Amino acid sequence: MAQLTMIQAITEALKLELKNDENVLVFGEDVGNNGGVFRATEGLQKEFGEDRVFDTPLAESGIGGLAIGLALQGYRPVPEIQFFGFVFEVMDSISGQMARMRYRSGGSQHAPITIRSPFGGGVHTPEMHADSLEGLMAASPGLKVVIPSNPYDAKGLLLSAIRDNDPVIFLEHMKLYRSFRMEVPEEEYTIPLGKAEVKREGKDLTIIAYGAMVQESMKAAEELEKEEYSVEVIDLRTVQPLDIETIIASVEKTGRAMVVQEAQKQAGIAANVVAEITDRAILSLDAPVLRVTAPDTVFAFSQAEEVWLPNAKDIVETAKKVLTF
Amino acid sequence: MAAKKSQQFDPVKTLSEIEEKFEMFQILNEEGEIVNEEANPNLSDEDLQELMRRMVYTRILDQRSISLNRQGRLGFYAPTAGQEASQIASHFALKKDDFILPGYRDVPQLIWHGWPLEQAFLFSRGHFMGNQMPEGLNVLPPQIIIGAQYIQATGVALGIQKRKKEAVAITYTGEGGSSQGDFYEGINFAGSFRAPAIFIVQNNQYAISTPREVQTAAKTVAQKAVAAGIPGIFVDGMDPLAVYAVTRDARERAIKGDGPTLIETFCYRYGPHTMAGDDPTRYRTSDIDSEWEKKDPLVRFRKYLEGKGLWSEEKENEVMEQAKEEIKAAIKKADAAPKQKVTDLLGIMYEEMPFNVKEQMDIYKAKESK
Repeated sequence: MAQLTMIQAITEALKLELKNDENVLVFGEDVGNNGGVFRATEGLQKEFGEDRVFDTPLAESGIGGLAIGLALQGYRPVPEIQFFGFVFEVMDSISGQMARMRYRSGGSQHAPITIRSPFGGGVHTPEMHADSLEGLMAASPGLKVVIPSNPYDAKGLLLSAIRDNDPVIFLEHMKLYRSFRMEVPEEEYTIPLGKAEVKREGKDLTIIAYGAMVQESMKAAEELEKEEYSVEVIDLRTVQPLDIETIIASVEKTGRAMVVQEAQKQAGIAANVVAEITDRAILSLDAPVLRVTAPDTVFAFSQAEEVWLPNAKDIVETAKKVLTF
Repeated sequence: MAAKKSQQFDPVKTLSEIEEKFEMFQILNEEGEIVNEEANPNLSDEDLQELMRRMVYTRILDQRSISLNRQGRLGFYAPTAGQEASQIASHFALKKDDFILPGYRDVPQLIWHGWPLEQAFLFSRGHFMGNQMPEGLNVLPPQIIIGAQYIQATGVALGIQKRKKEAVAITYTGEGGSSQGDFYEGINFAGSFRAPAIFIVQNNQYAISTPREVQTAAKTVAQKAVAAGIPGIFVDGMDPLAVYAVTRDARERAIKGDGPTLIETFCYRYGPHTMAGDDPTRYRTSDIDSEWEKKDPLVRFRKYLEGKGLWSEEKENEVMEQAKEEIKAAIKKADAAPKQKVTDLLGIMYEEMPFNVKEQMDIYKAKESK
């Protein structure tokens, strides 16, 4: 089995699905000859031709609209938004149009589109590149929002996303692109959307996280273990829809929960998770469900990222509050 | 080597030279006379009669829709009278395989493409069954976001090109829509891909109340095509023959692989923006209205056809009666549509219901069965 980075796993998924399904089209800014600014589409144009892997003019709304039109001709578009901070340019095409295609047409049309886009802090980008905007997407009925935390999941989730007959926002954390390798099978496999994974079993506390915060939560769990706390870590993988069953089963077991997200407290997914837990499992709780998030400022100027982004230390600190409540 | 002063590029002069070239294209004048025989599309007698029949029918549909709206029997409605040449004659140049991406005033083109009248009424009433397009009908439901359909049309056109189909994507907006980013992105992308698209801007002079002059410094909307590197044409939007001819030519170019065309139809809406309380007397005078009524597409086309012995009062009455009958029958059908339930709406959100939708489906099913 090959040891792959997340970006390599993503390229492999794209390659597989371009091969499997002639209706899959990959396009966006610089995705053709250049292979994408992160090389996610490296070699794809050469292998599959300019008809199926192509550059577009530089306009995000245009890319979104193009995807919708192509979907109406029976294609399965996989456009790239170069950085997810640019999503504001394409909000109408996403939330106003593709998310509503099935509904607006009374179920007679659909938009099997997967928008791939890099996001996430810790890599010192200029403004509007790294923001965690998954909460905006999750608030649009009609979309699914997927955020892998590792190379293996990235491949299996991307294949599921492309094969899904409804629009999926597939967000790729830039810091995870090349930070570690993992065994990734060459053959195809899928990970169902809407299914979380218990990364680590425990009985004292449930930490629910996604994206780059999964790793931080795992580190925190190890720290806490040294103090004899048994911590369960759940990787949401899909942040809309949530895997309520897995979350609730865990919380009912541990009686204590917290949610970790890289997004600001007022954004992201954590508030949804907390609400679902209190709706469904309040009598199982021995402590309030706390959150570890970034503060409610605009995404940090790059030199301030280290103090702004939540990390394992913050998670340990909050975990102790929950554990000792 | 310094360029000579006389050879210096003069941007002001260049602009005015370009703008002067965008003269209004006309074939049939207000008196119903052919003024541009060379460009006459020479439609057969049957086609001329059919085009007239559709325009008369559409005028009646507009009148009936307004009155049904006032009676509370229709919901959202954007009047179309005055724009029949722009809408119906451009549609007349299309084939069944062509894909229409309409704005919300473009219900008539959808109907003539095959959208059942009762479904148009259900759309107006806000019933999801109105938007369930019959299999094989190549249209989207009317777009509400101004200009969003432009960039989607480019996507459809690119898909048509990739599928090697002999068809075009055609989309409509108003001159207000031509101020949107999506307008520019749409025509620019389509030019870049040489996609078989036709972009129509029905310049009806007012975007709700905002006059044409406020939208842009450009003398015509059509000239915006120049910046995208595609052909643009400024056409008399009250002249059915001219609108038909330019759309047919645009379609031929698109199908040959010569890319998209931008068409500005210079026209007027007689009615309010929509039936939701717009009062045109706040922004137009009755003098302006009567100036435009002299240009009416039905009046000039009727004169032309009567001159050729192809139209009569009797024929016109026949069409009007037919329209009224069919509208009545369609309203009856629309009335028979089942009342919408929340479970209907939950059921059309996703192919497979995710957890949250499924859970709410169960809750509403229980509520609705009470």
